[in-house]
Amino acid sequence: MGKKVGMEVSLAIAEAAKMANTDVVAAYPITPQTHIVERLAELVANGELDAEYIPVESEHSAMSACLGAVATGARTFTATAGQGLELMHEVLYVASAMRLPVIMSVANRALSAPLNVWGDQSDLMAVRDTGWIQIICENGQDAYDNTLCAFRIGEDKRVLLPVMVHVDGFYLTHVIEPIEIPEQDKVNHFLPPFSYPLPLDPDKPLTMGAFAPPILFSEAKKAQEVNLRAAKPIILECWAEFAKIFGRQYKPIEQYRTEGAKILLLTLGSFGETAMAAVDKLRDAGQSVGLLKLRLWRPFPFEELRQTVSGAELLIVVDRALSFGGPGGPAFSEIRSALYSEKKRPRILGFVGGLGGRDLMVAEFEGMVKRALEMKPSGAEQEFEMYGVRE
Amino acid sequence: MKTTAIARIGAHPLDEYLRTDRLPHIWCPGCGLGMILGTVLRAIDKSRLDIDRTTIVSGIGCTGRAAGYVKLDSFHVTHGRALPFATGLKLANPNLKVVVFSGDGDLAAIGGNHLIHAARRNIDMTVICVNNFIYGMTGGQLGPTTPEMGRTTTSRKGNTEKPFNIPYLVGAAGATYVARWTTAHVRQMERTFIEALQKKGFSLVEVISPCPTYYGRMNEQATGLDQMRYYRYNSVVKHFANLADVDISLDGQIIVGKFIDIDRPYLPAPKGENGK
Ligand SMILES: Cc1ncc(C[n+]2csc(CCOP(=O)(O)OP(=O)(O)O)c2C)c(N)n1
Ligand code: SF4
Repeated sequence: MGKKVGMEVSLAIAEAAKMANTDVVAAYPITPQTHIVERLAELVANGELDAEYIPVESEHSAMSACLGAVATGARTFTATAGQGLELMHEVLYVASAMRLPVIMSVANRALSAPLNVWGDQSDLMAVRDTGWIQIICENGQDAYDNTLCAFRIGEDKRVLLPVMVHVDGFYLTHVIEPIEIPEQDKVNHFLPPFSYPLPLDPDKPLTMGAFAPPILFSEAKKAQEVNLRAAKPIILECWAEFAKIFGRQYKPIEQYRTEGAKILLLTLGSFGETAMAAVDKLRDAGQSVGLLKLRLWRPFPFEELRQTVSGAELLIVVDRALSFGGPGGPAFSEIRSALYSEKKRPRILGFVGGLGGRDLMVAEFEGMVKRALEMKPSGAEQEFEMYGVRE
Repeated sequence: MKTTAIARIGAHPLDEYLRTDRLPHIWCPGCGLGMILGTVLRAIDKSRLDIDRTTIVSGIGCTGRAAGYVKLDSFHVTHGRALPFATGLKLANPNLKVVVFSGDGDLAAIGGNHLIHAARRNIDMTVICVNNFIYGMTGGQLGPTTPEMGRTTTSRKGNTEKPFNIPYLVGAAGATYVARWTTAHVRQMERTFIEALQKKGFSLVEVISPCPTYYGRMNEQATGLDQMRYYRYNSVVKHFANLADVDISLDGQIIVGKFIDIDRPYLPAPKGENGK
């Protein structure tokens, strides 16, 4: 058994990157990611981590430097948040298309304007289509564990894709939680050294990312799509192996008190912890409510979603991001579309809340259940509401 | 009951230029930013600029917060983009007096590319670059101005990279007015700001400023006063110094003064030029 210690979640994420023997870290500071990269810089300076820390001049450079590092076969880690993730945007697509497994934590943060450094998931949703594997964490242990898993998943020769591990800014990054840090030899056993099959090597020259005319481009994109979907069983295999070694089992969609539940709440990230308390209260009050927590965002877990909602009459999806002028919160509209062709599916309603660091408390999750039972939408655009906003 | 001097006076002489409802500001005790902002506002006042045509643009950072405190048209843009924003502002409305007030990280790290291009194009604006050798807002990390061996939260054992010499950089890129002072040179700074505000073309004043909270504490100048003393005893005025020699080191001299004051065609071109 590893040691359980009280640790700030950011430091635990840095610890995971250290225990993974990361070779290169390239990062630009941004709240609320800073503690992760400061800690890594410190570990490199102390000699506790034998790596190159590159204090680049922006996130665009951070991601570009990471691509260069992975292309030579180095295990590479970075972290960012909000505006920083947006500045990386262009390069994110190149990472996945070039099959360069950069591992990145994202301390989820609102997007400007107005300037706001607090937590929400607008940044996460804005990078939905970049072709990265995306895992959303609920608590500190999850963040530590899935940072380790991210290396194993992304670097697997059958996958070779970059992985984002999302942790809610401040709600997770800045809190101290009891976190079990395993022994190094177990980590070594779980995570083999990175061996990139086609590293840039002057003795065996190759070209990456060259021009693709229309006659090739669609095929390249199809290959990427097939590859990302095919990563799912390998992710499940990794989580099963993780459970064997460390005793904690992760799933694409986690369930809490869903037995026989007529009403299901669905959350992403740290809201899961609060929503669990709300479910307990509602259950105590005799309501048939359960909770789903979406962990695997890409590739999207269609099969697990179908299974977990099959017995419910009402599914309430809570987003921390808004799709302006669109069909509802981004997770809500994806889930509604994922279930559209099911013969038997719950009624699906959505709420958008907790933007820019606004807290949603237990009572508010209870309130959403109450409100959902009252809602009488006529048309898709009325099937979601912003929750707790002053008019 | 005896009232305080401030209560008797009623208002600060610069209140006219400040959004007093936004005060107190967020800056730490001992930070140099209040002094610099005060000096800019006095320079604007003494230059008799039309406040309705004077704009302040800031990027993100402790320095960038200035845009929110001034009662002028002000813009707090995304990190690094103060200069391109200001370029758009000036070229679309040449009647505006455009002042960029931002940090060394904002202007020389993430926005470094814009810095050289704004100087190259010689856009008519005044840039006040507050250099505290560190990214203050995010908690004191290494930036491209951190002196060699300077300690920061991402260079605990000391910086091993060569920093930018900002006056040399913008001078080489084409700026027509370049100066440097520290917060221990408030009067000189004010005169320089007044001159820079009159200058046609790209003017940049680098102001060396204490960040006791991060840079000072990590580099044996734990208080703002320690940093001010350091500036006081280690600054050497050398107008028109050879810019290759104005590098800043961890414990060496800080060469200050007016370094460049030349004229060359600028943008937006005055009416009647470029066939307009
Ligand atoms: C794209 C992006 N990356 C990173 C940040 C985080 N950030 C905010 S201010 C800042 C640096 C501030 O340093 P400087 O410009 O020197 O100003 P100071 O705070 O020292 O006055 C950083 C990295 C951001 N806001 N946006
Ligand atoms: S952190 Fe440094 S630069 Fe920012 S307000 Fe405090 S002293 Fe000033």
